Amino acid sequence: MNPSPTVVIAEDLSRAFGDFVAVDRVSFQVHRGEVFGFLGSNGAGKTTTIRMLCGLLSPSGGRAAVMGQDVAAHPMAVKRHIGYMSQRFSLYRDLTVRENLRFWGGAYGLRGRPLAEREAWAVEIGGLDGLEDSLVRHLPGGFAQRLALGCALLHRPPVVFLDEPTGGVDPEARRRFWDLIEGLSGGGTTVFVTTHYMDEAERCHRVALMHAGRLLAMDSIAGLRGVFGKAVLVEIHCPMAPQALATIARIPGVTETALFGERVHAVLEHSELQERVRKELAAAGFAPAELECIPPSLEDVFIHVIGEADRT
Amino acid sequence: MTVTAETVIQASALVVRYGATEAVRGVTLAVRRGEVVGLIGPDGAGKTSVLRVMAGLHPASEGSVTVVGEDAWRSRRALHAHLGYLPQRFALYGDLTVAENMQFFALLLGVPEWRPRRDELLRRVGLDRFRDRQADHLSGGMRQKLALAVSLMHAPGILLLDESTTGVDPVTRREFWRLLADLVADGLTLVLATPYLDEAERCSRVVLMHRGEILGEGSPQHLTELVPGTMLEVAAEPRGPALDALRGMQGVVEVQQFSARFHVRLASGATAEQIRGALSGAGVIIHEVRAVAPRLEDTFLHLTRAAQRRATGVIP
Repeated sequence: MNPSPTVVIAEDLSRAFGDFVAVDRVSFQVHRGEVFGFLGSNGAGKTTTIRMLCGLLSPSGGRAAVMGQDVAAHPMAVKRHIGYMSQRFSLYRDLTVRENLRFWGGAYGLRGRPLAEREAWAVEIGGLDGLEDSLVRHLPGGFAQRLALGCALLHRPPVVFLDEPTGGVDPEARRRFWDLIEGLSGGGTTVFVTTHYMDEAERCHRVALMHAGRLLAMDSIAGLRGVFGKAVLVEIHCPMAPQALATIARIPGVTETALFGERVHAVLEHSELQERVRKELAAAGFAPAELECIPPSLEDVFIHVIGEADRT
Repeated sequence: MTVTAETVIQASALVVRYGATEAVRGVTLAVRRGEVVGLIGPDGAGKTSVLRVMAGLHPASEGSVTVVGEDAWRSRRALHAHLGYLPQRFALYGDLTVAENMQFFALLLGVPEWRPRRDELLRRVGLDRFRDRQADHLSGGMRQKLALAVSLMHAPGILLLDESTTGVDPVTRREFWRLLADLVADGLTLVLATPYLDEAERCSRVVLMHRGEILGEGSPQHLTELVPGTMLEVAAEPRGPALDALRGMQGVVEVQQFSARFHVRLASGATAEQIRGALSGAGVIIHEVRAVAPRLEDTFLHLTRAAQRRATGVIP
């Protein structure tokens, strides 16, 4: 694929609050039309990074630019280039759909005919036809979410930040939302998504993992699965799995274990350890045990990368 | 875990109304000892209402819920000994320390011999080093662990968890599940509500809920087998023409885009070869076509759509 122009750039971007370094020399580039996922534990520095990219907080080191505008030197220009959507906070629940659109349009300096055109556009992409005069608090979750997205895009920003956009909505609405996002991306809008939820993260073209202020990994979903190296993830089916978990966790070379219903997921340093696991389980009375190598989920990748970083 | 274990909670044709709103519309469900049962569905599915009736906090409007054979509402005081309940928004005393919070709830619940129990639970949830820290000064994950410890202070055999991992980051979430797994290994029965389908994998049995009703239940594996047809993952570029070609194809039920990969559900009878043909015809480069297992989300959609067809009589 041809490299698209860079829309968001961070170079050694840092931010300290007193002695606490919230963001520690983070560098990345996001391209035009990319859906870029930003993942990390609470306190990882995600929100601080995004606040800097939005021109709301100035960096204490390094630099960042959005659409070529330096976030520290031209925060107002940056704000014009971005949209921000958080499902929970950006709508007025006691206003109607139309009133919310007018409010946000006004806040972005739209009026008259351009505003009317964008309102109509937001109603159309949101599937909100006929609901213009409904109060937002009466809208089902999926509709409110698409309205929030429309509001964030009224001023045609080339970059939009989405904060856990589809939490709690039903799968039908979620699919519709992501179809919309792919459509925007295809039209050249850059989409920056922060989420704790791996099914949202899997929709992203590229994902960055932050932990303790640092960027630990950044790649496509397929590329991230490669971080396991020689280590393998196995799913273990055996009698009394909840009780067997402790036996598995004690085997040298088993770096991670988790109970999944009546099965155990374990990360083994290498594939040959499978025989050892089977033997130890048999010796402890948990036979027969079936082991199967499975592809790691994004959550497994996340835990693995953070575990490696904490060990070194 | 044996399937013949005794039933500890039985909901029969449960209906819950709040005024004119019917939050739960005829739910029948048995929970057996030692199970991890997940009530999974979006906001408004009725999950919290079911848990609240089980916890004896709200009466059934119709139908019944029994816990260890006793009516959950009429015997709620006696049943308290069997049940722990961790609501989505739990209350801790912010200006009391970790240990004082435990002590307060122990005395409130009349737990005899509470000191050893407190110490054991604090060790288990990894808060023993922080026992003298005020609850207000704990991180979100630590507060949640303390709330879990408090809800287990009276050593209940059943724990009801309402969206305990909503908004929680993956590392904290995994730690929380590790604690739960440990408790389950010791015989605790868990009933939990979550809007996140990926948490279903953690459950021994999943109950899919939507608009107050049960759509389907079973092990996560069983539920994904309910999706008819085959699922393919297709990696192809350029994305736009690939998506258009796939969506326009006969025999394609649904296409979902994951970056340059597409999950394609085929009706019974359609083949991967037809997909390759249609894509090549559209000038799209195919990198890979492979069969993948459907996800629980696919099951959820299949079941909600089927329910809708039954309700409206419309065949799409």
